[in-house]
Amino acid sequence: MGIAEASAPAVRAEGLLKRFPGVTAVDHLNLEVHPGEIFGLVGPDGAGKTTTMRMLAGVLSPDEGSATVAGFDVVRDPEGVKNHISYMSQRFGLYEDLTVDENIRFYADLFGLGRREREEHAARLLKAAGMAEFRDRIAGKLSGGMKQKLGLTCALIHHPRVLLLDEPTTGVDPVSRRDFWQILYSLLRENVTILISTAYLDEAERCSRLALLFKGRVMLCDSPDELKRRMRGTVLIVPSTRAREVHEVLANAEGVSSSVLVGDGVHLVVDDAPRRIAQFRKQLEAASIPFDSIGASEPSIEDLFVAYVQAQH
Amino acid sequence: MTAEETPAISVEVRDLVKRFGAFTAVDRISFSASRGEIMGFLGPNGAGKSTAIRILCGLLRPTSGSVRVAGYDVATDADAVRQHIGYMSQKFSLYNDLQVAENLRFFGGLYSVPRNIIDERIEAAIQMAGLAGHEHDMTGTLAGGWKQRLALGCALLHRPSILFLDEPTSGVDPISRRTFWDLIHDLAASGVTVIVSTHYMDEAEYCNQLALINRGRIVALGSPAELKTHLRRGALLLVKCQPLGPALEALEQNPDVLDAAVFGNALHLTVRDADRAIASIPQFLADHHVQSIELKEIPPSLEDVFVELASAPPAANEARAP
Repeated sequence: MGIAEASAPAVRAEGLLKRFPGVTAVDHLNLEVHPGEIFGLVGPDGAGKTTTMRMLAGVLSPDEGSATVAGFDVVRDPEGVKNHISYMSQRFGLYEDLTVDENIRFYADLFGLGRREREEHAARLLKAAGMAEFRDRIAGKLSGGMKQKLGLTCALIHHPRVLLLDEPTTGVDPVSRRDFWQILYSLLRENVTILISTAYLDEAERCSRLALLFKGRVMLCDSPDELKRRMRGTVLIVPSTRAREVHEVLANAEGVSSSVLVGDGVHLVVDDAPRRIAQFRKQLEAASIPFDSIGASEPSIEDLFVAYVQAQH
Repeated sequence: MTAEETPAISVEVRDLVKRFGAFTAVDRISFSASRGEIMGFLGPNGAGKSTAIRILCGLLRPTSGSVRVAGYDVATDADAVRQHIGYMSQKFSLYNDLQVAENLRFFGGLYSVPRNIIDERIEAAIQMAGLAGHEHDMTGTLAGGWKQRLALGCALLHRPSILFLDEPTSGVDPISRRTFWDLIHDLAASGVTVIVSTHYMDEAEYCNQLALINRGRIVALGSPAELKTHLRRGALLLVKCQPLGPALEALEQNPDVLDAAVFGNALHLTVRDADRAIASIPQFLADHHVQSIELKEIPPSLEDVFVELASAPPAANEARAP
């Protein structure tokens, strides 16, 4: 890589488009991921996350548009891409009947790593993953979270510059999920760029920047803080043992753009928090509905997603 | 059954144990759910959620303990239990090559809904699920959120008083998910008791009562707000500072900090005493050449609570042993 390229985006996609019979899976997608970022592709099932990942990994060719990853063109030089990145798909190819060590050796051989380099790097990665004592365990006998961490270790063994992770935490328990993210953060110190997709909207908060995907398009793209700042309105939480009645009284009240009934109260998006808090108190007291103190909260990425999609319809 | 005749407690579980050989999948769990309550089982895969639910549905016999569902004992009256419950799983078992109305008719037959009322029940299910005008659509062509509401309609055709939902909205878009949960809250208001199992923290927020399950045990039980009020070990702080890496390394060595972790563009710290930490940390960071931008206490998420309880040794249970 030349010096001029060093500050170039680690991933750049322009007008990427992929159709499958009856559906445009990815629809004119633009992305720019900077070196050393953890960038999230966030959206529900069917939003186009996996198709985008596969095109960026050079395993699926786009119908239109172009993309470069680690400086290599995914259409003209897919082999160049594959040698400098790592792609961990939802069904990452671990050999269930091989041990942890044997799986690592397999991937190291695939990328032509020497024995010494492999040993040093594997030891460090396994330690970071909290798996040092499981080297001789058969991969098929690991828990879901441990398998994911082994997959990540194998994906990192050849020092890729860009790591593409397709829904690595789906179905993983919360403790392993947290460990997994700590490993990702530790990679940032080595200036690895990470593009990660997830259907968990709460996971978006962990990314340095993210693109919110829906129906093949990027709806919003920015840092989580910036996205929240852009959301108009505040979230008010009204705790009540009679949440349903609160919801009925307030859902169509003045200044309320959305009302969601949750387990122990109601979440409302409002235009002007102090004014609406006073108004809600009056309305609920008039209706003799008991409630606890009304508090304001930061909007979640889910609130943002819902507000944005609703604004478009 | 009228409201007066229906017992207030619709699910009651006492000291339930299920062993498979040497493995204890469910380890002495107890809880009860009242009529019209939405109760969530939150826990990782393999925690014992599915086993517990299969016992509650009368599909699996408990090793020991008692389970009463809709007033019937699952060990002796499993058939009666099954007539009073509905079940919907994440892999909605719908026939993709049948039309919407045909799927409903099929499940109506399966649940022995009398023929003279089946049309009326199918119509009601279509209205509830918001599928009017789509009765003759092929099920396979429906979007995820629609399929999910159809599956719910199928599970309710025989008017069960208790509904079991197994990760009902995994992967569904947030708008469909909110619509789905509105329906569930309507059902609960009409007196149906809902038991949900999930490993999605945000799905758990919709429940009135939550049991956090880990390794076959209930490690915490309460409303989402109650569970979030406190971390056992102290308080959670958000620190925005620059640069993050050196800040993390320094804070890991700070005696007031029990745990430090990167979270997006900031750090999350678990501390024993929030006030003391907030007073001392800015100077501590400055001494380590880190500029702090923001420092505040934040409410823990359900995930924070879960991770703390799941990673700590099972002290609460051990302490009970003589």
